Amino acid sequence: MTASRLAVFLIAAAWLGWSAVPAHAYTVYVSNEKGNSLTVIDSETLQVLTTIPVGQRPRGIMLSKDDKTVLICASDSNTVQVLDVGTRQIVAELPSGPDPELLNIHPSGSPIYVANEDDNLLTVIDLNTKEVLAEVEVGVEPEGVGVSPDGKTVVVTSETTNMAHFIDTETYEITDNVLVGTRPRFAEFTADGEQLWVSSEVAGTVSVIDAKTRKIIKVIDFEVPGVQQIYIQPVGVRVSKDGTKAFVALGPANRVAVIDAKTFEVEDYLLVGKRVWQLAFTPDQKFLFATNGNSNDVSVIDVDRQKVTKSIPTGTAPWGVTVSRQ
Amino acid sequence: MAFHVPAGISGTQRQTWRSLLIAGFLGFCVSGTLPAVAVEDGPKAAADEPTLVPIGYLKQDVEELIPLSRLNVKPQDLGIAGAEIALKDNNTTGKFTGQKFTLDIERVPVGGDAVAALQKLVASGHQFVLVDAPADVLLRLSDSVKGQDVVLFNVSAPEVRLRQENCRANILHTAPDLAMLADALAQYLVWKKWQRWLVAKGDSPEDKEYLEAIRRSAKRFGATIVEERPYEVTPGARRSDTGQQLIQLQMPVFTQGAPDYDVLIVADRRGIFGPYLPFRTWDPRPVAGTAGLEAMSWHPAHEQWGATQMQNRFQRFAHRFMLPLDHQAWIAVRAVGEAASRTQSGDYAPINAYIRGDKFDLAAFKGQKVTFRKWDGQLRQPIIIAGPELPVSTSPQTGFLHEHEEVDTLGIDAPESKCKLQ
Repeated sequence: MTASRLAVFLIAAAWLGWSAVPAHAYTVYVSNEKGNSLTVIDSETLQVLTTIPVGQRPRGIMLSKDDKTVLICASDSNTVQVLDVGTRQIVAELPSGPDPELLNIHPSGSPIYVANEDDNLLTVIDLNTKEVLAEVEVGVEPEGVGVSPDGKTVVVTSETTNMAHFIDTETYEITDNVLVGTRPRFAEFTADGEQLWVSSEVAGTVSVIDAKTRKIIKVIDFEVPGVQQIYIQPVGVRVSKDGTKAFVALGPANRVAVIDAKTFEVEDYLLVGKRVWQLAFTPDQKFLFATNGNSNDVSVIDVDRQKVTKSIPTGTAPWGVTVSRQ
Repeated sequence: MAFHVPAGISGTQRQTWRSLLIAGFLGFCVSGTLPAVAVEDGPKAAADEPTLVPIGYLKQDVEELIPLSRLNVKPQDLGIAGAEIALKDNNTTGKFTGQKFTLDIERVPVGGDAVAALQKLVASGHQFVLVDAPADVLLRLSDSVKGQDVVLFNVSAPEVRLRQENCRANILHTAPDLAMLADALAQYLVWKKWQRWLVAKGDSPEDKEYLEAIRRSAKRFGATIVEERPYEVTPGARRSDTGQQLIQLQMPVFTQGAPDYDVLIVADRRGIFGPYLPFRTWDPRPVAGTAGLEAMSWHPAHEQWGATQMQNRFQRFAHRFMLPLDHQAWIAVRAVGEAASRTQSGDYAPINAYIRGDKFDLAAFKGQKVTFRKWDGQLRQPIIIAGPELPVSTSPQTGFLHEHEEVDTLGIDAPESKCKLQ
């Protein structure tokens, strides 16, 4: 589509009251793993606002709880960078330890928990003092980090050990180790804190773990018509705040699975770009952004209609995504 | 101010550690939706001492020519370092599962008695043994433990016959065979539309086996061998002060007057003349096969699918690059570790059954799970196509279809297998 045709299309879409336009404008930040940059997108116009150069190989990114900064795992720079969303400048670099990949934040805003893939560690950093509070030894290649809504538990998944390690946030002791499918990559607590969802990339499954008993209550399998089972490689997982729907990025299957989060039945597979990595809701939960690492774009999913409504070009190899309330 | 929390495994925290083990075990001890875990055996992991899983490594040294390029001199610990780092990985997991893995190495000198070395390992309780030895030695080793509870992992021998007429039930192959390697290369060349091949062949028995694989791949994937040109060689000194000038004259002449072709395929597994061919052909053509663009299980610059972590971890540990044999050994030790973790056992029977069963899979930084083919014990894995500095592609290539798994378009598939496992 040429620029002028795109413009006509957008004007027409706006004039028709196209439902893909959210009620409220948020700012979407996408980390470009190979581009060493963040793409900043307006969630209302779905236009790229700017591209910000950051450290090397940015992957996991997350808004701070006050929405004032974006925390960026710059894996090859061996640091977590702090981007001021107002000035769009890097204002600090946190002592994350080597090769940070994904992070998460305590509900109170600090500390942050960073998975150091190269060092079999979970590093705990005070966001205010920027000091390392603890390093917890976990399994081989820690990656996914989930924090329980009550802030009492942090879970890290280790990709080669194939476990979800439950860690007490007061004592930094591992209290439980749950064996899950091969190469667990992402851990997401449900908003009510009852369940932990863990994706296993090589096994091609998602394990739902009861957060109290620490037992697996369901292993979700996927089957996409026309796609060989081996290419179904779940990574990013998001469960809606109301606990009704879950979305799972299936990697090289180029689909996002839509799951009934109550019955664990897969309802649909939405075709997105190539090699879909991570997902993030808008704060009103009306839209979901999905990063497509091999087609250099993000797909915008209308959550209610369960439809992909647009794709937006990004930098090279988009990986992480987070959405600000502003 | 940093401090380490070693997950409660110090002696003073034994009680805590024990309770963690129980909790960890119960964590996956639930209904039928689980990965296969032998739950009926009860919480063995809760025992006071960790379960020991001894792994053996038998390396038969062989007489080899010094490589033409000093970049390719084999490290002394080739393969062994890969097994050692896998051992570390297994033991990191073992902290959480109450298992401890050990690796004991038997290095057999040239002309030494490999069978005696294996018997020594078996007598000291090693039932999982990695073998880095030539094909014929491997077969002797296999026969010497036939009927015993011992599984051998062939980490190095690529001969197709070990997976065909000479296949053995007690051998699992983590080394890809020549058929897989040739098919992987052929798929890439055909995808590239370089379908007319001029073959430069050495005259050793191992070159003939490679050539067989190349001929088979050409036929399978629609390439044409326009000519097979033998290179008459008398292996001499690796270098001489004026050698380069001579070679610069020899190689163009050797490749002169060929029928039209797209790519020169070299069949020279000993590396006697192949490495001289790139950039010296009469016609400007790429070189592939045992020199130039090569098919391999692992490349030191492979960084896809999380491999960066593996490479970093290995380099920190071994102070050198990770080579294919290292990765093949890594997979073998990890296969034992994964099966021990899933079955909660250190015993031969459950581990052997799990590795060969439907539930087994391993994440090996190849973009998809790796598993063992039931019909010949060969590891099913994507193959990297690489030049000296960088990987170029990974096969199977898009478009080469298979009814079950595309990766089974590489190597000897079930319907054509001559292997009768016994």
